[in-house]
Amino acid sequence: MRLEARDLAFGYRGHPVGRNVSLALGAGEIVCLLGPNGGGKTTLFRTLLGLLPPQGGEVLLDGADLWTLARRDVAKRIGYVPQAHTGYFPFTVRDVVLMGRTAHLAPFAGPSRRDRVLADEAIERLGLAPLADAVYTRISGGERQLTLIARALAQAAPLLVMDEPTASLDFGNQLRVLEQVVALARSGIGVLLSTHDPDQAFQRADRVALLRGGELVADGRPDDVLTSESLRTLYGVEVHVVDAALPDGRRGRVCLPARASA
Amino acid sequence: MRRAVLAVGGILVLLAALVIGAFAVGRYPVSPGELAALVQAKLFGTPAEVPATVETVVFGIRGPRVLAALLVGGALAASGSAYQSLFRNPLVSPDILGVSAGAAFGAVLGIFLSLEVWAIQGLAFVFGLGAVATAYAIAASLRGHDPILVLVLAGVVLGALLGACIALVKYLADPYNQLPAITYWLLGSLAAADPGDVRSTVLPVLAGLAVLWLLRWRITVLSLGDEEAASLGIRAGRVRALVVAAATLVTAAVVSISGIVGWIGLIMPHVARLLVGPDFRRLLPVAVLLGAGFLLGVDTLARTAARIEIPLGVLTAFVGTPVFLWLLATARRSWQ
Repeated sequence: MRLEARDLAFGYRGHPVGRNVSLALGAGEIVCLLGPNGGGKTTLFRTLLGLLPPQGGEVLLDGADLWTLARRDVAKRIGYVPQAHTGYFPFTVRDVVLMGRTAHLAPFAGPSRRDRVLADEAIERLGLAPLADAVYTRISGGERQLTLIARALAQAAPLLVMDEPTASLDFGNQLRVLEQVVALARSGIGVLLSTHDPDQAFQRADRVALLRGGELVADGRPDDVLTSESLRTLYGVEVHVVDAALPDGRRGRVCLPARASA
Repeated sequence: MRRAVLAVGGILVLLAALVIGAFAVGRYPVSPGELAALVQAKLFGTPAEVPATVETVVFGIRGPRVLAALLVGGALAASGSAYQSLFRNPLVSPDILGVSAGAAFGAVLGIFLSLEVWAIQGLAFVFGLGAVATAYAIAASLRGHDPILVLVLAGVVLGALLGACIALVKYLADPYNQLPAITYWLLGSLAAADPGDVRSTVLPVLAGLAVLWLLRWRITVLSLGDEEAASLGIRAGRVRALVVAAATLVTAAVVSISGIVGWIGLIMPHVARLLVGPDFRRLLPVAVLLGAGFLLGVDTLARTAARIEIPLGVLTAFVGTPVFLWLLATARRSWQ
């Protein structure tokens, strides 16, 4: 399973947002997309999900033009985890997860017993079982995000696109959500996610892509792509990228802000 | 799930009581015994042992009116539920896209032109559908905006325009014959409901309800918003067009026999969501039963509470306003 953008121009008719984007996502890898606000990340994602038509170039899903595929065929192969929000009617967590099965249902049918079992498995896997009957709009932001990931799991798509899954979560919930993302990738799911935190990309990503002004300015291994120069170009701030030794003997890289210029 | 079964059971019992009650009160009361005997006689083709007057009242006058009340109430609640889920907005009612205003203008025009009753109903139906189709065409031609917002705004603007047209016709109408008829129709009434009305309405209503029922799961998913629904595998634009068409058909069909009856399409979906939650698979049947029962109760009140018939629209507003305020104050869980 492979999602690929070739020379993609994206945006809206008469209002281009980005161009020349070539990017691929394969099974089992985590690709992080970093870029400043307004840099076109969400519009790029919408185009990669087939929600917006490409303005140029193409998006291929296993070699087939994504835009010409039926919605349900796309949904069986690419899941979407939006930012957790509360603009729903008061569905329970189980209801929301069950909706992930939609693409697998017969045209006029509702979910079957088997769909309910699969939804419950997804709930179980993300540790949400105690919350299954809770109302989605009244649980915490982290729990909501996990619910949406469970829904994507129930969707059983081999590829996932996540729009800033850790935005507006507290520190603990950020780590919990990221743990789940890593677990998904280990089970063979390819994950494309956007984030604002370079440290997350250092720790979890197999590849990092930098999007600035609608164009990809870098795409490669985190250690190669994320440098103090590239982050300065991307965000216009001075940072140091430093190697850190962890108490368990591993090494990792982190970003620290440079001293404010005197 | 048990909650849903309990709710449906409770509503069915209440509905049966309301039907029996509706027959039992009025200028010519029909006792439950007489009603049972008549129904039994009709079912088995045996002669009924009740006065012929009772038979006329039950099958010719009160029966059609009771059926019309059930039909109109259920239909308005169904389309209100569909619109609220579709537009993800608990303040939406079936007339949001201009269907009521269009139907009202059609009927008012028909009365003004002194047409036959069936032609007035036909005009109401056609203009109701036409108003929503126009709103849809406007929204479709203004691309690049939030499609739902444009659709709703187009409906509101059209409604205002049609309101002005209605005012103009009222201004021009003959104040002795036509104006009272127009006013009466705009306030809503089932006083004139006859077997023909029920027959002409039941088919479009059932067809619309069938479409809503077939799309019940997609409507549930669509209440997450177009983008998420699409990413879950639903063609959001097409499903929305189908649901709007079905809900409009249902509303236009009943408004053409009852006139404008407000509040039911707004409030019954709320009460239904409180009882069984927002899943459209449970919401639709419960809302239909609630709406049917509510309008039957209100209509019974309308024809018995005072010496003259009280207009339905007035009664539903008097009952609806406090209920809605109570919902607003206490029952936020219907939409949060």
